[in-house]
Amino acid sequence: MEILLQQIINGLTTGSVYAVVALGYTMVYGVIQLINFAHGEVVMIGAMVAFSIITALAGSSMPPLIIVLAGVMAAIPACMLMGYLLERVAYRPLRHAPRLAPLITAIGMSIILQHLALMVWGRSPLAFPQIIDNRVFGVGGAAISSVQIAIILLSLTMMAGLSWFVYRTRFGIAIRATAENVHVAGLMGVNADRVIAATFVIGAGLGAVAGVMYGTYYGIAHYTMGFSLGLKAFSAAVLGGIGNIAGAMLGGLLLGLVEALGTGYVGELTDLCTWPMAQGWLAEQCADGGHFVVFGSNYQEVFAFLMLILVLVFRPSGLLGERVSERA
Amino acid sequence: MSTTTRERIGLLLVALALIALPFVLAMAGTAWVRIANFAVLFVLLSLGLNIVVGFAGLLDLGYVAFYAVGAYAYALLASPHFGLHLPFWVILPIGASLACLAGVILGAPTLRLRGDYLAIVTLGFGEIVRIFMNNLSSPVNLTNGPKGINRIDPFQIGPLNFSASDTIGALVFSGPIKYYYFLLLVLLAVILVNRRLQDSRIGRAWVAIREDEIAAKSNGINTRNIKLLAFAMGASFGGIAGGMFAAIQGFVSPESFVLNESIMVLAMVVLGGMGNIWGVIAGAMLLSFVPELLRYTVEPAQRALFGKLLVDPEVLRMLVFGLALVLTMRFRPAGLWPETRHRRELDENRA
Repeated sequence: MEILLQQIINGLTTGSVYAVVALGYTMVYGVIQLINFAHGEVVMIGAMVAFSIITALAGSSMPPLIIVLAGVMAAIPACMLMGYLLERVAYRPLRHAPRLAPLITAIGMSIILQHLALMVWGRSPLAFPQIIDNRVFGVGGAAISSVQIAIILLSLTMMAGLSWFVYRTRFGIAIRATAENVHVAGLMGVNADRVIAATFVIGAGLGAVAGVMYGTYYGIAHYTMGFSLGLKAFSAAVLGGIGNIAGAMLGGLLLGLVEALGTGYVGELTDLCTWPMAQGWLAEQCADGGHFVVFGSNYQEVFAFLMLILVLVFRPSGLLGERVSERA
Repeated sequence: MSTTTRERIGLLLVALALIALPFVLAMAGTAWVRIANFAVLFVLLSLGLNIVVGFAGLLDLGYVAFYAVGAYAYALLASPHFGLHLPFWVILPIGASLACLAGVILGAPTLRLRGDYLAIVTLGFGEIVRIFMNNLSSPVNLTNGPKGINRIDPFQIGPLNFSASDTIGALVFSGPIKYYYFLLLVLLAVILVNRRLQDSRIGRAWVAIREDEIAAKSNGINTRNIKLLAFAMGASFGGIAGGMFAAIQGFVSPESFVLNESIMVLAMVVLGGMGNIWGVIAGAMLLSFVPELLRYTVEPAQRALFGKLLVDPEVLRMLVFGLALVLTMRFRPAGLWPETRHRRELDENRA
């Protein structure tokens, strides 16, 4: 029971990070129906910039919270700039090109960003300085650290903030109008170029915070981290129904939970030695408390993708996605 | 289709150049013959993926999974790992069938998904296959895990061994050169099949589905079966290429089948010009050779310009490669050598 609770806490923490990154994918997709393949790299740049600032200030006498905040504050504009450049270089010139063309430019941009980061920050993983006093609280036998609490709360705040922005402000209306129909929105006086650039920039800003959260949680930053993080987050966005903001949050949290629970339990469940019909050759393998685990925690990523595939097979447009016609 | 004398002479010249190529490359070093072999393998892969993405318009981001299935089929059936040593002409069809089966297994439940959803599912499938290859070393050792399988048998036709050198007159036929000719033959066959497919009833059905699935359906095309066929055929080509990869390399490990490989093959297809066989071939050639050329030129160029090494050549090579992708698509959005139908569409969009 304690283990279950612990896995849920861990799952919710990583899930919130996935959800915030997923928001970046889903916003861009909602407006231009294209996957921003380089979003993961933007998140990575955010983590890297924050790492540099935090490391530089770690020796000073400033309070740790201020230092982390300074890191975040430096990462956000850096990432926003990246997001803007990405839109200008890789997406805007190709808005009327065949659908796959911007995919290739985005892949090109992500190769460039990754190797620029490699040039600046080097090949080896960077350890985030542990400056925050990470206090651990007990909850019903499980442990939750202050960093985990901060990550979950901060993610929820950001999601609420984004929802407010998109559903309650004038610019939010412009974004939704553009998502609905670019041409008609243009006729109503919406500057589509500005809206599209804004979704990239906002997504990148959120991604910057996610990058810092990821870095402080796992204590590590690496120039290739954007790839797998982006992949998970993109899966989360699709799982929830891409283009749908609430869907991205749901998908992210769900993906984090499934990953944590899968890692925690499937290994035990598929240990054939615990099954009643263990006999003969199998019994020999199991003798002296041996194990015969078919799917261990090394299959972690498989669980996430399997769930994604299953959900999509039964709900082809994601959990919260609307049913769209074949050619939207 | 009538061919003029000029065209015939042109074709003859191309054929002669391709036949002479390995010996010219061998003068620069056997490494270049190997690079050419891998380029041809990538052409095969791109042509396979082109059926799925270019002809039928289904975005597949996990294509390398089929390549992996073919490669592992060869590795397991012709290496000391299980002590099996079947001849290659038995294994290649087995690998192709297994890959085809994998294609059907992936395709059957997922083909009703829309474009980007299909993309992420295929991507997930590719990753799942790789993770399985990586982890199936315990509890029963099937794939030897991340260490991979080595000492894979080379091709053997009667007394002709593809890993040894033979000398005929003044010409030295090294192992890679033999593989080159074999690959060229396979490539020729694949191109012929592709050409025939493109102009066939099936090929036109694929294009119809790509252009408008609902219209295709209402014209009596069984869209599900035809899409499944595209997946299966593309997968089989991937499986054959995988088998040859295993034999040429003599070693397979999950490292060779990461998502980046799928993306690279997709980039070849899109960059060259989706749907156009010659464009795809050009794209695959270009993206195989350019990084290698950069590998050999970036370092001397830096030394000549600045007198010292400013940027790690490997990093610079990838930077230039990324920039090349961006610029090519920026100025030729439909690819370097687009299919005529695509080009027309693009002009309509602009008008």
